[in-house]
Amino acid sequence: MTKGFIEPGWLDQHQQLSLAELAELSGLSEVEIHELTEYGVFVPEDPESRSLVYGAHCITIARTASRLRSDFELDTAGLAVTLTLLDRVRDLEARIRELEALLPGGGTVI
Amino acid sequence: MKYKDYYDALGVKRDASDAEIKAAYRKLARKFHPDVSKEKDAEAHFKEIAEAYQTLKDKEKRAAYDQLGQQQPGQDFRPPPDWQQRYGDTHFSFEDIDLADLFAGMHGAGHRRSMRVAGEDYDVPVEITLQQAFHGTDVALNLSIPEFDASGRMRRVPHTVKAHIPKGATTGQRLRVPGKGGKGLNGGRDGDLYLDITLQPHPVFRVSGHDLYMDLPLAPWEAVLGASVEVPTPAGAVRLKVPPGTRAGQQFRLSGKGLPKPHDGAGNLIAMVQIAVPDHASDKEQALYRQLAEAAVFDARKRLREEAGK
Repeated sequence: MTKGFIEPGWLDQHQQLSLAELAELSGLSEVEIHELTEYGVFVPEDPESRSLVYGAHCITIARTASRLRSDFELDTAGLAVTLTLLDRVRDLEARIRELEALLPGGGTVI
Repeated sequence: MKYKDYYDALGVKRDASDAEIKAAYRKLARKFHPDVSKEKDAEAHFKEIAEAYQTLKDKEKRAAYDQLGQQQPGQDFRPPPDWQQRYGDTHFSFEDIDLADLFAGMHGAGHRRSMRVAGEDYDVPVEITLQQAFHGTDVALNLSIPEFDASGRMRRVPHTVKAHIPKGATTGQRLRVPGKGGKGLNGGRDGDLYLDITLQPHPVFRVSGHDLYMDLPLAPWEAVLGASVEVPTPAGAVRLKVPPGTRAGQQFRLSGKGLPKPHDGAGNLIAMVQIAVPDHASDKEQALYRQLAEAAVFDARKRLREEAGK
């Protein structure tokens, strides 16, 4: 790495965040994160623990939730449905990318 | 200052009711919201819609906007002489301010002087090559970030953020650069940058997560007799032993020869066999192929004949 260049942080399960940190970084309230956790949108590292800890990948989902909540005035239940469907779309897109990569010529039709 | 027609952006008349404005915004937001839309330029389009709605949904801001009069979109203009006294918080120049920043700053300056406000986060798309993803790379990100001046007025200031994309980044991955987004106010935290990584298409390797896929062309005799062939990988060429009787579509997995993963390990490189034939066979080659055709007992379509009618 060249001097003066910042090393960004990975947003994955190797980095962990407290509930308060996730709330501060995303703009969601702790109550909303709790509710979305109950809906299964966020999965804490140890769901039984009194102080919930989340993988840093949850920031991306939480920020999407925060934007959707303010731009569409969605309640938590509406957010949970939307986020679950978006997650399925992302999974399917990843699967399509994998299948396209498997096609000879990258899917170019001869 | 350049004029923007907020009513036109939402597709409503200038005398539209609050309910009509909200309904128009919701309809367009559903179509162009970058989190749910696949429309081309969705993000830019949504920004225009959201900017228009932020002003028109607020009674005071809408009145102030209406007082600017109707101009041609993109046209340079100045507000009427008494506009700033009626609606502005402080004295400032209209020359280098964006209409969005003007309204975003309205009747918020007082609060901003005392309240803790977190700086804005920014999502920054970063496109890198496969080689850059493999080795890691330095990028200079040119951003225009709003800052508040001493009078509380918002200004866009160009910033260059230098970041090192570590090896292991691949399409769809996000990285966070803390504190390099918008400035926080009154002790509020500075915003962050979220780098959204995309790998440019590569002429040989196709990317799926950290795995790489490639076509491996073999000459017919290499497939039949077996061969030791050179296979390119991002780390340099390796030799692969192709066994006799290799068929088209067969896959060779070169373990750990794909893209490195962020913390340890690496994806695989999957080489998929294609049987390549020459565009033009010489007279001698054609004669040899005919000789082979006559001598061969191989029936390429035996299974088709036996199973097609089942």
